[in-house]
Amino acid sequence: MAASGEEVKLLGVWPSPYVIKVKIALELKGVRYEYLEQEIWENKSELLLKSNPVYKKVPVLIHNDRPVCESAIILQYIDEVWAGARPSILPSDPYERAIARFWAGYFEDTWFYGAIKILQVKTEKEKAEAIEQSFAGLSLLEETYEKSFKGKPFFGGDNIGYLDIALGSFLGWVKTIEKMSGLKLIDGAKFPLLATWAERFCSVATVKEHIPKTDKMIEYCSKVLQPKWHALNN
Amino acid sequence: MACEKGEGDVVLLDFWASPFGQRVRIALAEKGVAYEYREEDLANKSRMLLEMNPVHKKIPVLVHGGKPVCESLIIVQYIDEVWAHPNPLLPTEPYPRARARFWADFIDKKIYDCGTRLWKLKGEALQEAKKEMICILKLLEGELGDKKYFGGDAFGFVDVALVPFTSWFYTYETSAGFSVEEECPKLAAWAKRCAEERESVRKTLYDPQKIYEFVGLLKKKFGVE
Repeated sequence: MAASGEEVKLLGVWPSPYVIKVKIALELKGVRYEYLEQEIWENKSELLLKSNPVYKKVPVLIHNDRPVCESAIILQYIDEVWAGARPSILPSDPYERAIARFWAGYFEDTWFYGAIKILQVKTEKEKAEAIEQSFAGLSLLEETYEKSFKGKPFFGGDNIGYLDIALGSFLGWVKTIEKMSGLKLIDGAKFPLLATWAERFCSVATVKEHIPKTDKMIEYCSKVLQPKWHALNN
Repeated sequence: MACEKGEGDVVLLDFWASPFGQRVRIALAEKGVAYEYREEDLANKSRMLLEMNPVHKKIPVLVHGGKPVCESLIIVQYIDEVWAHPNPLLPTEPYPRARARFWADFIDKKIYDCGTRLWKLKGEALQEAKKEMICILKLLEGELGDKKYFGGDAFGFVDVALVPFTSWFYTYETSAGFSVEEECPKLAAWAKRCAEERESVRKTLYDPQKIYEFVGLLKKKFGVE
């Protein structure tokens, strides 16, 4: 619980998986906070510009007036500040921490940008390439689950942890890409461990309300994002 | 590196000129960890490298007790956690830790790519890259301020993340026509200080002229004038 006199604010936008990560982490630790939905295309707020002058992006966690930026960094900060609140987000073993950081980084820096291309590219050939790359990445993840996490309900063990949150926060987007492109990415036939993990993750109480509904995401993607992507491409 | 300490076997798969690999070498030296260095031929990657880093197939990879750790900043944090003393690299308090991670991540996102554009591109594109690099360095200088190191009085995580790129400054300056010393005197002073005061840095970094010659070879390979 945030001690009295502690002020926690989160600047975010509802469709962002990076913001969802932080919401889940705060809820896991039982931290009370004020959520401030931001304008990120035009009219960025003074608070956002002041709190994240380098990137001017969300999420930003503001804890007692001190801003923390970049979702992976925010998650580790939350875990360290509210270390007393169980469960721990990061594993305690240094090697397991390194593995969690690695896969979280891979998924959000590499895999997700590849998967989003499925919706962004123009030609069928480019789309097929993007799909193949996404499957290749999921294969690697499935292998890792098999090798290092089998028998556990979550990457974090009995409870969700850093890697679960890092991957799982993208599931809303994964479902959106699947629905919009008519293809199954986390296919239970190809990736049985990941598919079961995904279902399990989405039914966790602290997670459920934070993953936006797919039809709301599809609307956001078609009305807001796709026009912007087309403008960039032309 | 001849040192007393070691826990299990430590192997580093690396490439001599890589600033990312140098981060790891500097961190290991700061901690006095004994390890086996293995030079990789990046045109002909070893089976070990491909097995240890199947996702990215890149160096550096630290293999500790047979288990691989990939991505230089993740490796440096791992080293800092396993061999916490001497010379802890990350601060102890959460907020300064978050700040250190932020700036190390900034360096990761910005310097190498912008730097590469400085020696690969010409004309308008080069001018843009030059402006960007000066901006990046000024932001970093702002974070350094009047401190001895980014870590304060102690050489720390951000210092380790940035210092290998100081031997690339000469290449960047010569390619783009600017001076780090003129644009960012505090940063230039910091670079000198690291080389003078940290044995780990002195023993790891190569002469800027050697890096310049190495980039010359890369330019030939990529067909850059």
